[in-house]
Amino acid sequence: MSKKKKTLFVPDAPFRPGDKADFSNLDLPKAGSSDRPDILVNPSEIRDLAFGLVRVLDDNNKAVGSWNPNLKPSVLKEGLRHMTLLRIFDERMLTMQRQGKLSFYMKSLGEEAVAIAQGMALRPDDILFPSYRQPGLQFVRGRNLVDMICHCITNSKDNVKGRQMPVHYSWKEGNLVSISSPVGTQFPQAVGCAMASAYKGEDNVSISWLGDGTAAEGDFHYALNFASVYKAPVILNVVNNQWAISTHRNFSSGDSTFASRGIAYDMPSIRVDGNDFLALYSVTSWAAERARKGEGATFIEVFTYRAEAHSTSDDPTRYRPKDEWKSWPLGDPLERLKMHLIDLGEWSKTDQNKLEKELDELVIKSYKEAEKYGTLNEGPWASEETLFEDVYKKPPRHLRKQRQELGI
Amino acid sequence: MAQMNIIQAVNSALDIILEKDSNVCIFGEDVGYFGGVFRCTDGLQEKYGKHRVFDSPLAEGGIVSTAIGMGINGLRPVAEIQFADYIFPAFDQITNELAKLRYRSGGEYSAPVTIRTPSGGGIRGGHYHSQSPEAYFTHTPGLKVVIPSNPHDTKGLLISAIEDDDPVIFFEPKRLYNGPFDGDHKKAALKWDTHPKGEVPEEYYSIPLGEASIEREGSQLTVLCYGTMVHVAREAVKLSGIDAEIIDLRSLVPLDIDTITKSIEKTGRCVIVHEAPKTSGFGGELSAQIQESCFYHLEAPITRVTGWDTPFPHSLEWYYFPSQERVIEAMKKTMES
Repeated sequence: MSKKKKTLFVPDAPFRPGDKADFSNLDLPKAGSSDRPDILVNPSEIRDLAFGLVRVLDDNNKAVGSWNPNLKPSVLKEGLRHMTLLRIFDERMLTMQRQGKLSFYMKSLGEEAVAIAQGMALRPDDILFPSYRQPGLQFVRGRNLVDMICHCITNSKDNVKGRQMPVHYSWKEGNLVSISSPVGTQFPQAVGCAMASAYKGEDNVSISWLGDGTAAEGDFHYALNFASVYKAPVILNVVNNQWAISTHRNFSSGDSTFASRGIAYDMPSIRVDGNDFLALYSVTSWAAERARKGEGATFIEVFTYRAEAHSTSDDPTRYRPKDEWKSWPLGDPLERLKMHLIDLGEWSKTDQNKLEKELDELVIKSYKEAEKYGTLNEGPWASEETLFEDVYKKPPRHLRKQRQELGI
Repeated sequence: MAQMNIIQAVNSALDIILEKDSNVCIFGEDVGYFGGVFRCTDGLQEKYGKHRVFDSPLAEGGIVSTAIGMGINGLRPVAEIQFADYIFPAFDQITNELAKLRYRSGGEYSAPVTIRTPSGGGIRGGHYHSQSPEAYFTHTPGLKVVIPSNPHDTKGLLISAIEDDDPVIFFEPKRLYNGPFDGDHKKAALKWDTHPKGEVPEEYYSIPLGEASIEREGSQLTVLCYGTMVHVAREAVKLSGIDAEIIDLRSLVPLDIDTITKSIEKTGRCVIVHEAPKTSGFGGELSAQIQESCFYHLEAPITRVTGWDTPFPHSLEWYYFPSQERVIEAMKKTMES
């Protein structure tokens, strides 16, 4: 027997290009198998939720179990509309990026339910600290599509004045805090924001998202500890979509669940099917209600799969099987919600086709309208003098001098 | 000699050093199986094994701190920070720990860590993919800071950096990865195969840290620059008709003040060009050292052409990025005074 030389262990992704992805070893509890606890529950009594998976939609697209939020069909249809819009919007923006009209883009494919269901479970005055993969929150809060596109094509109507790459939205009116590229920085900021709500005696909550890869950053751990110590009214979500560019989530979590980390901080920690609109909605409502009652933070692992490339700069065929998403056992979130509505007799394939056509036209129309305010390559962009604005509230002398040097 | 771009030159340096020294290991975000988001470590994991070239969790502070630990225990780690803009979670570990370990332990401990990180603008990356944070590190005693401007120097300097027993922050100007860039973004992108420094020996060689390179000899004025700005300056000098000497600093710490002094004693005039913001930028340090070492040879005030004191913008990138025009204007002004 040859003896292998002992050396450093380095993990690997379970499947690589050429492999057939097989997720049959994933432990997926049946929909409806976990119970929705009382809002005032002691976190130590629900530790099993950190290792299970809250699921409401079963394999036959029926809503089952005590986590079923029993939403009205009109709310479900609204969710489906937002998710369909997001998918169409993403596809159009990707096409325009390929044509050189956007400098960069990031899609939400396969994760549309996350921002939309969770966003819909909140109040408009709840404060959002998303990562770059929750643009759907803006649809939920009614943001004008033209404004979103103006940001993405960085023209004169871009409300962040052309200072950031596309999809780094900021939207104060919708309580969506400016998105940063350095990952995870928003997590502890959301905790501080929630601490301020508590300080002021207000009952709005803050909510933040980051990815499985980012859960390795220090900011993640600061957030959990501060949230726990101060019982901050915050909802902290790890969107475990399995991949951080090429880094598989097993570089971040080992064999345990992300949710289990919250147990050590004595917070309710819940793992939820991220492709299940109803489960996401329900868990988020539970967490928000608990926070509003002064019971503090909830930590949620949203279990899903990043179906697309990380961004337009990435090529996932180099590091994972091309069709890995197709093997993902939790399906397509949009399809699942649609089939649920059809099963309820509230929707049909014709309705969906009609909706897709309507939204496609809306996106095209909005894109054309946005281009009236300028394009990435031809301008007009935010005016040149804006280069020196907002560095400080009022430009100090040295910046005024530099502006003169540039001749503007 | 082979033709290489900067990505291939980095890869070749790493390949040679992995082969030569079994204590060298390479790690960082996406550097293992994938081969790096810029492909600098492409094929190295396959060639040397998973324990020598490996992916890390997304944790810059974790990457640098574990590199320090490895260095303490006899390894010679080469850590990659995916973008220089993302180096700041590691700032404490770099500036308080890595930089000071030898000093604070009375010389007992040290960690020969090299941190490679792509920096600089010109790629439409907005402020989180375009920054030039070198001055934070030149201000920290104990660190060496290197910024190459072409494939040939990249390979030789990177090998020296890794073999150096002190920590080195190795900035790779990402706008230059695939070709020289003279600041004119409207012109078709050039490749390194049209540039003499795209010729790179395939075998081992090193270029000592702390030696500047005279990019162009001249008599009327000295231009000090590094990284992408070397190419902007070269084109600006060509267009200006001024017989300027261009010095590519290559290494900011240690700084080759002798080459700089000799040049300015000859020309009497100096323009400094860098992408980073002006206030407390490395140009300020250069300017101070020049007046200390050759004040009486100066015939005009030293001029700086730099990024503005604003974050690096996205749509207005070319209003920020120091242009040939700004360099020419600064040279003319310096010549007139």
